Amino acid sequence: MNPKDAVEKIRERFPEEIREIKEHNGQISVIIRRDRVSDILKYLHSDPFLKFDLLKDLCGVDYYKKKDPRFEVVYHIYSLQNRCLLRLRAEVPEDDCWIQSVSDVYAGANWPERECYDLFGIVFKGHPDLRRVLLPDDWEGYPLRKDYPLQSDLGEREWQGYLDVIELAKKNMEFETK
Amino acid sequence: MIESVISSLGISGFAVSMIALLVKIAIVFGVVMLHVAYATYFERKVIGHVQLRLGPMTVGPHGLLQPIADGIKSFFKEDIIPSGADRHVFKIAPVISVFAALGCLAVVPFFDGFVLANINIGLLYIFAMSSLSAYGIVMAGWSSNSKYSFLGGLRSTAQVISYEVALGLSLVGVMIMSESLNLTQIVEAQQKYWHGMFIIPQFLGAFVFMIAAFAETNRAPFDLPEAESELVAGFFVEYSGMRFALFYMAEYIGMLVMSSISVLCFAGGWTVPPFVINAFPSLAAVPGIVWFMLKIYFHVFVYYWIRSTLPRFRYDHLMALGWKVLIPLALLNIVITALIKYFC
Amino acid sequence: MPTQKEKLRKKELTINMGPQHPATHGVLRLELDIDGETVVKCTPHVGYLHRGTEKLGENRTYLSALPLTDRLDYISSMANNVGYCLAVERLFGIAAPERAKFIRTLASEMSRISSHLLWLGTHALDIGAMTVFLYAFKEREWILDLFEMLTGARLTVTYPRIGGVRNDVSEEFLSSLYKFTEEFPKNILEYETLIDQNRIWLQRTKNIGIITADEAINWGLTGPMLRGSGVDYDLRKYCPYDAYDQVEFDVPLGKNGDTYDRYRCRMEEMRQSIRIIRQCIEKLPQGPVMSPDAPKLTLPAKERILKDMEAMIQHFVLISKGPISAPIGEFYSAIEASKGELGFYFISDGTGKPYRMRLRSPSFIHASILPKLCEGSLVADVIANIGTIDIVLGECDR
Repeated sequence: MNPKDAVEKIRERFPEEIREIKEHNGQISVIIRRDRVSDILKYLHSDPFLKFDLLKDLCGVDYYKKKDPRFEVVYHIYSLQNRCLLRLRAEVPEDDCWIQSVSDVYAGANWPERECYDLFGIVFKGHPDLRRVLLPDDWEGYPLRKDYPLQSDLGEREWQGYLDVIELAKKNMEFETK
Repeated sequence: MIESVISSLGISGFAVSMIALLVKIAIVFGVVMLHVAYATYFERKVIGHVQLRLGPMTVGPHGLLQPIADGIKSFFKEDIIPSGADRHVFKIAPVISVFAALGCLAVVPFFDGFVLANINIGLLYIFAMSSLSAYGIVMAGWSSNSKYSFLGGLRSTAQVISYEVALGLSLVGVMIMSESLNLTQIVEAQQKYWHGMFIIPQFLGAFVFMIAAFAETNRAPFDLPEAESELVAGFFVEYSGMRFALFYMAEYIGMLVMSSISVLCFAGGWTVPPFVINAFPSLAAVPGIVWFMLKIYFHVFVYYWIRSTLPRFRYDHLMALGWKVLIPLALLNIVITALIKYFC
Repeated sequence: MPTQKEKLRKKELTINMGPQHPATHGVLRLELDIDGETVVKCTPHVGYLHRGTEKLGENRTYLSALPLTDRLDYISSMANNVGYCLAVERLFGIAAPERAKFIRTLASEMSRISSHLLWLGTHALDIGAMTVFLYAFKEREWILDLFEMLTGARLTVTYPRIGGVRNDVSEEFLSSLYKFTEEFPKNILEYETLIDQNRIWLQRTKNIGIITADEAINWGLTGPMLRGSGVDYDLRKYCPYDAYDQVEFDVPLGKNGDTYDRYRCRMEEMRQSIRIIRQCIEKLPQGPVMSPDAPKLTLPAKERILKDMEAMIQHFVLISKGPISAPIGEFYSAIEASKGELGFYFISDGTGKPYRMRLRSPSFIHASILPKLCEGSLVADVIANIGTIDIVLGECDR
């Protein structure tokens, strides 16, 4: 099955949700609005002909100053019976940064959504346990955003755990032999 | 022999036997401590060779001085007591373990005539003393004030008291056949048969005893209480220095005691089976202690062999094995032995 | 007046396994609430090895982001490199030459064997069979020596490059590898007999950590985790890359989805890898190892730089700015790494640096299934479950 057939079916069911369709080197991306993401994915998951049952990846992208809805949440879904990969890109604006969670449709979306929240700050409504996964729980800031520095001295905004370790190391230097 | 040496020094009367006993205790203690040290070396070498490596090689020629180095290290290590620990219980737990293990040695006859206390309830005394070791474990697990050692202590205590029943029951067959609890008399009773070893008629009992002995001493494959991958070291995880060395010694002395019981009750102790003596009469010249040592070291080698080969039992399988398999087998052994003894 | 029973309240014990622990493979922290021996709640905490690979990749050219991928699944680093190179090649629309494809297949399969050997050793060590650990590492030493012969490094190799591989293989390497493929199956059979039919091993692994086929697909599992449950999904057969469509091999499947089935799957995969390696050595075609139609992507040969002006300019531009005429677009490409499906999603905006480099790591998804596997089972099974999901924290945390 061609991914174009899946795109046609989505266009039939949810015509007003699709914003744009892009193609590059044989892979198709469907850019959709964020409001009914959960419904679209439920349809794609449960339709017996399409049957996109494997969620390969869920990630976020930050188009800082390149595009107006600043964030996108990208879903890569795969159909085992049809051997077809489809990419859905849901646009999420910056000031109202939330999207519906799909962890009730795909259980494997649980941790990737936590990671997206952790690194981008996009809130997933309906997620059973939304907290940081890769960074410490009391970290401030969302590192994968384009306006977060790659490497710099954060000064006062430095993570408290790191400052504690430096303090402890300084205190233990007194036990060093000269 | 020791008495004659002492009385030739001019002492007489009650003091002779007292001093002889003290000398014997010193000999046994010294030899057993040396054995424990070199049992650890032997273990590391055996397991190393099974795992395609060499074991200790650096300290001394072929690593022979390794146990001495380990002993000196244990003396010098810092003695750490965790802050929330119950100090007195913490300190006394390893002492109880070692005391229970060493106490068993008092009734073990190493060769003909050499036993510290030739009492008529030898086997029963050993059961009693080895049961005391459970106290050391539970006290260590509780007083360390650490969740891991608490879990390890609980598991270990439950395991030890479960397998004690099987241990005792498996030896009842031997008691029936030899009509005595005195260890020297058990060995002499084995000489009356042509095979010279109770393992042949009592194979079921020997089988149960072997497995229960593994579980009593917390050795693989029953070493879940001190499973390195899960609980690091189980109930003695918080111990360091000499206290840890005492627990370690208690484990190895326990192995030695279990091997001794097994050899005395099932393999003929310091004697050679009569059919072998009839075939090679010259073997009678070899002193009994040599046979005893050979048999014990073979038994200890089997301990190490099994440790390096088998995976570990899960806790519920372990308990199921002890209660549902070993105890019925031991009881069956008792019934069969008793019936045969009654009708023959 | 409270009764005796009411005064003794029972509470669950919370123990913490890790982050430093003899069992967990790397820095994984598990918070277990246990009631006696049964685990009531299990919360994994990852992120101790998070190094910001994705953000670093956004600031480096396509070539200099390649060593970052070595350190993901550091045990089978060849496979990570192959995945990355393949993804960039597909994004740009170029292809590696035939010889390079066969060499990359060979290298991927060697790293699969190496990774599975380490998994076998640590899994057996956790369950208590210490000896298998040392036997597996003895075999692994041979593979690491072969890597050193080929690339110069044992662990993090950075050998496959965008457009091919770095250098050609030598005759010595091929003959040593062929000898390995003859001896390895005999050795692995010997080590298997230690544990395969062992009663204690079967008790510890059968019916432990059962995942049904539907659950496995829904949770996004891939690799031996999915195939152990009976789902036939192997990227080497579904979307063949490199030389996988030119070699014959079988894909082992499990039946029940328990730990024992996954163990057998991985053991069989090692044997099939040997089969693939032999075929690759026999069918290795002659030719270049670097794609000629990638002058804008790959560094020219060192001898040419010293003589040719154009080569020097190309080298300078590639190192400083990266590939200049990169296409604008996005691509998701995945390979069958030893742990599962390793996916790379690139968004390119026309400059020499990727706009977004997303790594889809199988270990991250597999670690998320731990609570489901462990809750309701015994503490000893938690260890078996951690072993069977075969995670490497470098890949999980990136």
